[in-house]
Amino acid sequence: MEHIKTIETRNLCESAKNGGCGECQTSCSSGIANQKCES
Amino acid sequence: MIHQYQLLGYNIVLDVCSGSVHAVDQVAYDLIALFEGRSREEVLSAMVQKHPELTEAELSECYDQVDALARAGKLFTPDTFAPLAGELKQKTSGVVKALCLHIAHTCNLNCSYCFASQGKYHGERAVMSWEVGKQAIDFLIAHSGTRRNLEVDFFGGEPLMNFDVVKKIVAYARSIEAQHGKHFRFTLTTNGVLIDQDVIDFANRECDNVVLSLDGRKEVHDRYRVDYAGNGSWDRVVPKFQELVRQRGGKSYYMRGTFTHANPDFLQDIRQMLDLGFTELSMEPVVCAPDDPARLTQEDLDLVCRQYEELAELMLHREREGRPFTFYHYMLDLTGGPCIYKRISGCGSGTEHMAVTPWGDLYPCHQFVGEERFRLGDLWHGVTNPAVQGEFASCNVYAHPQCHDCWARLYCSGGCAANAYHATGAVTGVYEDGCRLFRKRMECAIVLAVDKALRS
Repeated sequence: MEHIKTIETRNLCESAKNGGCGECQTSCSSGIANQKCES
Repeated sequence: MIHQYQLLGYNIVLDVCSGSVHAVDQVAYDLIALFEGRSREEVLSAMVQKHPELTEAELSECYDQVDALARAGKLFTPDTFAPLAGELKQKTSGVVKALCLHIAHTCNLNCSYCFASQGKYHGERAVMSWEVGKQAIDFLIAHSGTRRNLEVDFFGGEPLMNFDVVKKIVAYARSIEAQHGKHFRFTLTTNGVLIDQDVIDFANRECDNVVLSLDGRKEVHDRYRVDYAGNGSWDRVVPKFQELVRQRGGKSYYMRGTFTHANPDFLQDIRQMLDLGFTELSMEPVVCAPDDPARLTQEDLDLVCRQYEELAELMLHREREGRPFTFYHYMLDLTGGPCIYKRISGCGSGTEHMAVTPWGDLYPCHQFVGEERFRLGDLWHGVTNPAVQGEFASCNVYAHPQCHDCWARLYCSGGCAANAYHATGAVTGVYEDGCRLFRKRMECAIVLAVDKALRS
C-alpha cells in the first residue's frame, strides 16, 4: 500500500551544484520563496 | 529537519534541507513523527500501540517506505549549507542589478499609516530630475557586471506626480539596453489617483508589472487612504484600476492592500477585490511602531492566521470552479523555485538592490530611505559607506541564530532586514510577529501547491 506521495520539487542539495547565477529577480513585504529561477 | 502539519484535509511532511514535500496518510504521518532517533523495533512497537487496527506487516511496509525516502535524501536531510552562506554575495560583490527609483517624495494622498511619512520619508517634498534619473540608468548599467536582466521600480511617494520623468527614463533605458546587452524590467507602484489613458498606455506597453494600491472594502480603504482634504479615494481610484487591468491584456499586475488593527478580517477585503474583477491580489500586514493604533495585536494575529487558512480554502474552491485567482504569498513554484544560494542570501538589499532618492543618494532599500545612518553613497561616487554595505552583505539566514531551528528558514532567508531593524533595532534581528505570519503563509502555499500537483 502506498502511504506516501512525494511531490516533485527542485532538490536544494542539487541546486548547490548548478545554482547561483544571480540572474533571478530581486525579491521583497515576489518574496524569495515565491520566486522563479531565471532559467 | 522536517516539518509536519495538517491543513485542508492533507497531511504534509516537508523535508527542510532537500526541499522535498510529501503528502502522506495518517499512518505514515504518525510513523514519521516517531522515526528519527529511534530503532526500527522501537518505532514499530510504538506504532502498534497507536494503530492497533494494522498488522505488523502493514506497519513494516510503511516503515520501509519512510526509510527509503530517508536514504534517498528526501527525509531528515542534514543541513550542510552553512558554508555556502555569503558565497552568492561574495561571488556577485559589487554587482547591482536592481534600483528602486524614488521618483517623487510627495504624494496626493495623506495616508496616516504610510511608512514613508506621506511620501516625504521624514524629509522635504522633492521630485527626481531627469538628470538624476538618467544617471541612475547609467549607474545601473555600469555596475551590473554580466547581469543581463536589470530591474527598475518607479516608487514614491506617488510616481505619477512626476510622470514625464518616468517616461523619459524608460525611453532612455530602452534606447541603450541593446547596445549594452541588457534587458530592463520596469515596474510602477501607484495609488491610482492620476491614472489616465496616457498612463494606461505607458504602463501596459513598458511595465512588466504594476502595483495598484487598494485596501479592499470602501470603508476600510477610505479609513486611511484619504486626500489632504480628508476625502476617501476609493470611488476615484477603483474605476481607474479596473480600466487599467481591463486593458492590460493578461500582463502582470497586482492589487496591493494593507491590513491593520481595523481590518484583521482581511479576507473580506480579498472578496471585495474579487467582486470588483481583480484576480491578482496581495494584502500585507501593517508594520508600524508599537504605540501606533493601527498595529496588529496578538488577538489580531490569531485571526489573521485563521484568515490565511480560509483564504487558501477559498482559492481551492475557486480553482476547482474554474475561477482561479492568485495571492502574492501563495505563488509557490516547487519545481522552478530559487536555488539554495538565493534562499540563503535573502533579498539582496544593500548589495545587488538599492533605493535611489530624488537627489541621487543610495540606500539599502526603500524602507531605509530617510535614515541617514543607512546612506550608502550616491549615483556619482558609488558606495562610499562600505561599513553599512557590509552589514547587509552579511545578512543571510545563518546570521540569525534564532532561525537555526525554524523550518521555514529556506523560504524566508532570514526575513526582511527593514522589518527586523524597525522591530529590534538590528538588521540581523528577527521580527517575531512577521515570522509567525510568514510560517502560516508558507504552510498554506505548500498545501495549495500539493493540491495542484496531485490533481494534475
